[in-house]
Amino acid sequence: MTDRDERLQTILRLIQDFNKKGVEVGEGTRFAQDLEWDSLTVMDFVAAVEDEYDIIITMNRAAEIETVGQLVDAVGELSQPGKA
Amino acid sequence: MTADAGQPSVRGTAPDLFNKFQPLIDQRAALLAGGITDPFNLVMERVESPTVAICNGRRTILLGTYNYMGMTFDPDVIAAGKRALDEFGSGTTGSRVLNGTYQGHRECEDALREFYAMDHAMVFSTGYQANLGIISTMAGKDDYVVLDIDSHASIYDGCALGNAQIVPFRHNDVDALEKRLKRLPAEAGKLVVLEGVYSMLGDIAPLKEMVAVSKAAGAMVLVDEAHSMGFIGEHGRGVAEAQGVIDDVDFIIGTFSKSVGTVGGFCVSNHPKFEILRLVCRPYVFTASLPPSVVATAATSIAKLMSGGAKRTHLLENSKRLHGGLKDLGFKLGTDEPQSAIIAVIMPDLERGAAMWEALLHEGLYVNLARPPATPQGMTLLRCSLCAEHSTEQVGEILGMFEAAGRKVGVI
Repeated sequence: MTDRDERLQTILRLIQDFNKKGVEVGEGTRFAQDLEWDSLTVMDFVAAVEDEYDIIITMNRAAEIETVGQLVDAVGELSQPGKA
Repeated sequence: MTADAGQPSVRGTAPDLFNKFQPLIDQRAALLAGGITDPFNLVMERVESPTVAICNGRRTILLGTYNYMGMTFDPDVIAAGKRALDEFGSGTTGSRVLNGTYQGHRECEDALREFYAMDHAMVFSTGYQANLGIISTMAGKDDYVVLDIDSHASIYDGCALGNAQIVPFRHNDVDALEKRLKRLPAEAGKLVVLEGVYSMLGDIAPLKEMVAVSKAAGAMVLVDEAHSMGFIGEHGRGVAEAQGVIDDVDFIIGTFSKSVGTVGGFCVSNHPKFEILRLVCRPYVFTASLPPSVVATAATSIAKLMSGGAKRTHLLENSKRLHGGLKDLGFKLGTDEPQSAIIAVIMPDLERGAAMWEALLHEGLYVNLARPPATPQGMTLLRCSLCAEHSTEQVGEILGMFEAAGRKVGVI
């Protein structure tokens, strides 16, 4: 399993705690449209991801993330040493 | 946005730019089709006092004005405004940095410095612009603004106007704030933005702990005390004063449109370089200054708030009594205990919230109907803000109205 696969699995696991509607989730799943998350759910989920990886995902950065796959890539970048 | 919302525009295939509002237009139409009075279009035909107005020909008790200290009809305040109108005219027609600073603006800033016992005070044309101006100017491109997720729109808009990195944390969660601060680069500039009283639920922030963790991380701290001025803290300086951390706060933002009883906003600070903001803060520079009558009423009112001890006590008594009374009636409230002069009554949904709002209006009571996105967690709220001028009898009357309306609508 590559690092990216591992991150994907972790994020899919974190999503399940917030996936109240039981939507089937893959890389292409969109947070707002497909999961229908409101802003508070988004914040709680982002906080869970931040805590898992000990990173900060700013609102500026979060605004550019629409899909699960994009989040996996963003977390990969942000987790590199020296990145905030 | 759905592609088929609304009609296509007349020319070409470009959509009508109003299409994005279609869901809201539909929601409003559905609500009003039920024959309900529009909760966001009430006209006060006459205003008799800080607590009573005539709405739709009916005498109405005002319980949603933020007029906490009832200064709007204070005789000294009104006299000061009239005198300034006569002596300085109806408006300045100018920016504070050009022809818009009159003696009155200086006196108003002096009154603020004295009220807060701080070195610097800067008056803006509205409280909204004070947040917009200070946040967007203080936090630059590589700086971080760390803010409570339930922050007021003016704080978010201040972030949007600037280009700093924005980091939200869960409402009033000290650990969440501390964790985020620790993850930020040590060398980056940081501004933590907090509010003393959060206006939707009327809850107060744990400023003592939050200011401490912010300072430990080397951050500057801004506290918006819009809903606490004049009646929270020993000198009425707000929640930061009440919790003993005002000396560690770098910027206090406030407004004249609540306890002070007019319109305008301000920032007070002890930072030695504060005055440079007058030249670099765009929402301060590129707008006309407040009219002379407004700053005169504000300065007089602020000076009087310094000795408003008896009013303060009565206001907090009112708040306690209304909170306890509504709880006993079976209403669900935003806070378990009264924490400020705002009491939020949680409604099950927008429909019943609007119905309850209208039933109260028929009883002769005005409160604020608040709904998403202004409210946290998608709640519909009937927001009550008390005034030091509400009599004990009026609070009793208000409780009777809530009981009658609540039974009629079926929420209690």
